[in-house]
Amino acid sequence: MPDATTAGGVLLVVAIVLPVTGILLSFILGGRQVERIALIVLSSGLAVASVIFADIWRTSHHLIYIVGDWPPPLGITLRADGLSAAMMVAIAIVICVVGVFAHADFDARAQPVETRAPFAFWVLLMGIWSGMNMIFIGGDLFTLYVALELLTFAAVPLVCVDGRLETLQAALRYLLFALLGSILYLVGTALLYGSYGTLDIVLLSRQAHMAPATLVAAVLMTIGLFAKTALFPLHLWLPPAHAGAPAAASAVLSAVVVKGSFFLAVRLWFDALPGILGPTGAQLFGALGAAAIVFGSVVALRQQRLKLLIAYSTVAQIGYLFLMFPLAFDTATMQLQSNAALTGGMLQAISHATAKAAMFMAAGLVYAALGHDRITELGGIARALPVTIVAFALGGVCLIGLPPSGGFLAKWLLLKAAVGTGQWWWATVIVAGGLFTSGYMFIVLSHALVPPREPLKLSAVVPRYQEAAALGLALFSLLLGLLVLGPIDVFQVGRVGAMTAGVR
Amino acid sequence: MNDATLFGLCGAALVGFGLYGLITNPEPLRKILAFNLLGSGVFLVFGVISRRAAAAGLGGDPVPQAMVITAIVVAFAATAMAIALVLRLFEATGRATLGSDGPADKGNA
Repeated sequence: MPDATTAGGVLLVVAIVLPVTGILLSFILGGRQVERIALIVLSSGLAVASVIFADIWRTSHHLIYIVGDWPPPLGITLRADGLSAAMMVAIAIVICVVGVFAHADFDARAQPVETRAPFAFWVLLMGIWSGMNMIFIGGDLFTLYVALELLTFAAVPLVCVDGRLETLQAALRYLLFALLGSILYLVGTALLYGSYGTLDIVLLSRQAHMAPATLVAAVLMTIGLFAKTALFPLHLWLPPAHAGAPAAASAVLSAVVVKGSFFLAVRLWFDALPGILGPTGAQLFGALGAAAIVFGSVVALRQQRLKLLIAYSTVAQIGYLFLMFPLAFDTATMQLQSNAALTGGMLQAISHATAKAAMFMAAGLVYAALGHDRITELGGIARALPVTIVAFALGGVCLIGLPPSGGFLAKWLLLKAAVGTGQWWWATVIVAGGLFTSGYMFIVLSHALVPPREPLKLSAVVPRYQEAAALGLALFSLLLGLLVLGPIDVFQVGRVGAMTAGVR
Repeated sequence: MNDATLFGLCGAALVGFGLYGLITNPEPLRKILAFNLLGSGVFLVFGVISRRAAAAGLGGDPVPQAMVITAIVVAFAATAMAIALVLRLFEATGRATLGSDGPADKGNA
């Protein structure tokens, strides 16, 4: 079944090239124009992502673009299935809202002289988006390696965009973890190419069989991706990097960037090598996820600072993403199945992206208003910034998994899969994680809601539209659960597993 | 033992040295050097794979060669960025270490 470029395939190229064009134009036109360029790129990028999503949902067919008409294994294919479409549109929404939010902190035309931080921020934001889109639609493992590197090179400087000492250290630590991760991934691609003579995901999924080289390659690539996703115990770089960055940057890093390497892990195991991950491997992935949930939550409960608490909460929520591996594993066929557990896992990624971005933005506003983010001294903030605290609380509702939030739907699907496959221990972990999350949300909110001991002096006035941006994203994450009434099936469109099953 | 095997073993040894250095050295600069050693090993493995898959009349399979050129560029860019960060850190503090100022630092040192 030779693949051919489909009707809307050229849109995939646009999705990657558009942010890159924005970056190049920014360098030509200079720092004064960069925000205007970024806003044009952001809005048109959202439109492109929406069109791709609508197209895939309507036709139930994936989009394919063969670069330069060279078919694989020699050429490169861009392929968008339901997973890519859903992730693309969710990430586009998050990045656009962050763009609105960041206007206050990175307004290129506010200062009398041109400064470096706004230019760096907007260029890196577009770079991250380009890398993410490439990860979502790249059709072979080496293209995905390049995309992963683009993403890292855009994300690391974003950590230290304000140039403070501790953020420099955090960025360097992040970069060293990321370099180890990417080189391990590269060894894996070399071994897979040596074994099968192709890196195209569809071709690989037909040929791949259990062999020592394949197993070693898969394990190395997975360790590399785990280091980049900050899955326990490779999470050490994440809390200082995400908590130290400016609010808008933290939101992007925590909501968007870690999802890139996670998505790659899903592509690798579900699409390229569906039969390689045995039951032991699946249980091991789940165990690491469970350890991340417990460890991240317990450490989050003990944090003194709001941004660090949210960063450790990210460590915990990443754990949920990896619970879908044992739940999607079918012991009858010994393969990972693209079933409801996969939908639940991807939905968890999307709802975490929206909720966590809203929470980081809210925490940034609290920090800006108070001049600190010590949790015990938050008293009175709920009266001073009611919209911000509501946004924070709604984000927490989504993370806890209360209906009708996206987190609820995701965890419900995962729980159902856990009960359905008789793996009750994962159900325990999911429920316990929800309890932990409500624990640390309650700590923050109980401090925020008490009246202050002395009248609260705000050190800065928080712009309305920033509060609105955080609230908007939080509401989106809250209403994501209503997806069940609409395009929930889009996750299953054009799955490689489903395709090969049809062929057999 | 033919050429490909010899170079493959060399690549494997370089990967091993690099990985050991990257994990055990606390100094960022040494970590960056170890990363480059590790990278060289991986590039050598790519070369071996290209050689083994050579079609008749060709010195090697060109696809891994194209990949390794891309990978070298990426590794070069990564090294440049890491060095820039280390230099910036050195300017700010007078020493280029990942100081231990938080509980999260222990595991990496």
